[in-house]
Amino acid sequence: MSSANFFDLSAGFYFAALITYVIYLVTRNKKTGVAATTLTIIGLVSQTIAFALRWIHGYSYWLSANPTSGLIEALLRSAPLRNLYESLIFFVWCLIVFHLLIEFKYKIRSLGAFVTPLAAAALLFIDVAGTTTEIQPLIPALQSNWLLFHVFLSFIGYAAFGVAFGAASAYLVMVTESKTEKTYIFWSIIVGIFIIVLVGMGIDFVSLSSSERAQFLQNHFLKSTLRSDSGGVAVVSWIVSIVFIGAIWQFGFGLKKILENLSLTPRVLDEIQYKSIAIGFPLFTLGGLIMGAIWANSAWGKYWTWDPKETWSLITWFVYALYLHARFVGGWRGKRVAVLAVVGFIAVIFTYLGVNLVLSGLHSYGAS
Amino acid sequence: MSEVCLEKEEKKRDILESIWKSLASVKLAIFILMILALSSIIGTIVEQQAEPARNISLLAKFFGDSFAPTVYNIFVKLGFMDMYRSWWFVSFLVLFSINLVVCSIERLPKTWKIIKKPLKPMAQSGIKSLPVKKEIKLQANLSDVKDVFHTALKESRYNVFEAAEEGSIQLYTQRGGFARLGAYIVHISILLIFIGAIVGVRYGFKAHVNIPEGGTTSVAYDNNRKSIPLGFSVKCNWYDTTYYPEIDTPQEFSSELVVYDQGKEVMKKVIEVNSPLTYKGITFYQSSYGKIPDAVGHFVLDVSSPSGQEKTLWLRHGESFVIPGTEVKGRIVDFSTALTRDRHSNQLITYSDSMVNPAVAIEFEEPGRKKYTGWILKRYPETGNLMNGNKVIFKDYWGVEYTGLQVAKDPGVGIVYLGCLIMAAGLYISFFISHKKIWVYITQEGSKGKGPISVTVGGSTTKNRITFEQEIDKIIAKTSQAMEGRSKK
Repeated sequence: MSSANFFDLSAGFYFAALITYVIYLVTRNKKTGVAATTLTIIGLVSQTIAFALRWIHGYSYWLSANPTSGLIEALLRSAPLRNLYESLIFFVWCLIVFHLLIEFKYKIRSLGAFVTPLAAAALLFIDVAGTTTEIQPLIPALQSNWLLFHVFLSFIGYAAFGVAFGAASAYLVMVTESKTEKTYIFWSIIVGIFIIVLVGMGIDFVSLSSSERAQFLQNHFLKSTLRSDSGGVAVVSWIVSIVFIGAIWQFGFGLKKILENLSLTPRVLDEIQYKSIAIGFPLFTLGGLIMGAIWANSAWGKYWTWDPKETWSLITWFVYALYLHARFVGGWRGKRVAVLAVVGFIAVIFTYLGVNLVLSGLHSYGAS
Repeated sequence: MSEVCLEKEEKKRDILESIWKSLASVKLAIFILMILALSSIIGTIVEQQAEPARNISLLAKFFGDSFAPTVYNIFVKLGFMDMYRSWWFVSFLVLFSINLVVCSIERLPKTWKIIKKPLKPMAQSGIKSLPVKKEIKLQANLSDVKDVFHTALKESRYNVFEAAEEGSIQLYTQRGGFARLGAYIVHISILLIFIGAIVGVRYGFKAHVNIPEGGTTSVAYDNNRKSIPLGFSVKCNWYDTTYYPEIDTPQEFSSELVVYDQGKEVMKKVIEVNSPLTYKGITFYQSSYGKIPDAVGHFVLDVSSPSGQEKTLWLRHGESFVIPGTEVKGRIVDFSTALTRDRHSNQLITYSDSMVNPAVAIEFEEPGRKKYTGWILKRYPETGNLMNGNKVIFKDYWGVEYTGLQVAKDPGVGIVYLGCLIMAAGLYISFFISHKKIWVYITQEGSKGKGPISVTVGGSTTKNRITFEQEIDKIIAKTSQAMEGRSKK
């Protein structure tokens, strides 16, 4: 079996785990919980095998193109962290590892229902976006150790921020007293948008041909629903989406009871949220900003150019710096910092995907 | 001095103090971080330093065609078109730095006091109310237990103090107090990075220069096409793109550069992307390449025969050569920048203007044979293997490409990197090291050295409580083991 088969297999297990976690959340059946964890672990094992296979494959490819390359250089240049596809796969891998660590350390399973959707979304995105799964030769600018470490550390940081996002969104529901609270409305909108985009990409996936998928990022993102060229479809999609967000606002409150019954406490969620950010922030600063800057300087002679990608990673950094200061010296607690943790992860998603998805689209005029 | 004057003085001091206080406030820090995060978004949407037409057409998507130019003009006035250099954004960065400095000055003395404060022994009841606490009982004598704990703590790199009382001994120790300085170290590193950036802008430059193969330059050009003298000259011997096998994905862009200072060759290096050349603080990065319009180049061929004779030839289009040691004659008759066989017509065609797959056609002639013409491809040297072991290797079509170099002088980059290093250290200290304090209260229950020994271990930590608890458990386990060892003796 090739690495792609193992990746598909792991994606299948993670989706199954996602559903099982949600069932566990509703039924509170212990056996279901164990099943969810088991599915996640099998998925992780399969993904690890896929990762290793891809690395080995990349290694032999690199050696065939560079016969004089040394062992370490060849290993570094063939590390599967070279493009969108591989980096998202690595993100999912880190996310699942973090999730399992938390599950075993804090003995809580229900967080899975909040973290596995992120993994699922990333995997679905990979599939829909039709990002090339072929091993691509490394273009000259990317042949840098700094870049490799940059990607590696950034994604561990992103995964930690993802866990904080999961914990913060669970936290926000748990501490809500009434539906008219601003933080609850914020929560409903964010969770609503998240699910809508996920479902929208699912519909894109079904309706696009594989050749169209290759152009997904530039041309087809949500084109079959919210951004449809047919006005009717777009209007209906928008109405459905708004109604859906309303429904989440209406019924999301019920989650609170479910979470309470699962011995999940706001205190634990708060701790997980902070600890994840405390791991993510230094890794992101070192890997995302510092090593990115060093790589840019070694490749182009400019360590900072304020291009949209750099600027958005700085914005992400500002948000988490704000989180830490508000929490430790500003006396912010509870809901307010949880909102910041959610906003921070939105900035992360925007840094990684939004810049390519939205901003490059804005600047392409005349083409579409 | 009159009373009024004194009052004025006091008022002045009050105002200064309140300015200082607001500059030192956390609220300001939070506000600035928010403003920086939010305002930075603008410059990622509006294209920076771009042609007006680009941004006007962007704005037309939001405001319609008729309003776009007006909005554009307002944006220009607000500095949005080059916002990271605009007066207001720079002012926020300055305010950010001032806030960092003032905040740190305000808080550092207090933190320093906490770090320097010597640890004191604590009453047993106090130890019992600490966040982490353990109690054990041992059958042994007091001083043995004390020794064992002392050693165990020392092995965990704690500097132990002792306080003895009637029938009880207390060990107390702390470690990692400097972790409280982590945030200040990060603040200093940010300032250092800013200083480095300013030094770079003030005393450095960013420029670009294209050098044709064989050409020399002693200047580079900045964004405004102003020439900047280098103080020495740089020659490009050759430029080359290599490709991955079988596909047109570039594997490496490289140029051979030679530096001449006062007429003498002082340096020679093949630069690649991610591997630049630096001379006298000026660095040359491989950044682009291209074809020189209408240039006529030399074909560089390595020709050899099985007798071992070989030669490198530089030939013009139409010129002839003889393979050394043979009577085989060749003449260059055609050239293609990118040769391929068309899939449908099966004809040889040139599929690109850029030199993706350069090929030279050579007409060969030797006594007693018919003339024939063959294509030799640069990327596929085996196409140059002729009959009887003769070889013609197409090395380069030289003199038709230029190398595009990014030229940068940045004396501040060292300071920026130092700042980055310090930042990494500061982050490590603030997130992964904690200020830990441990008290061990050892007392004898009962009287006259007969009863069991009761040990209360208590501790506090600034972070990572779970790991800290595990550390204390380990220390206790170690001591119990050691006690067992002693009793066996």
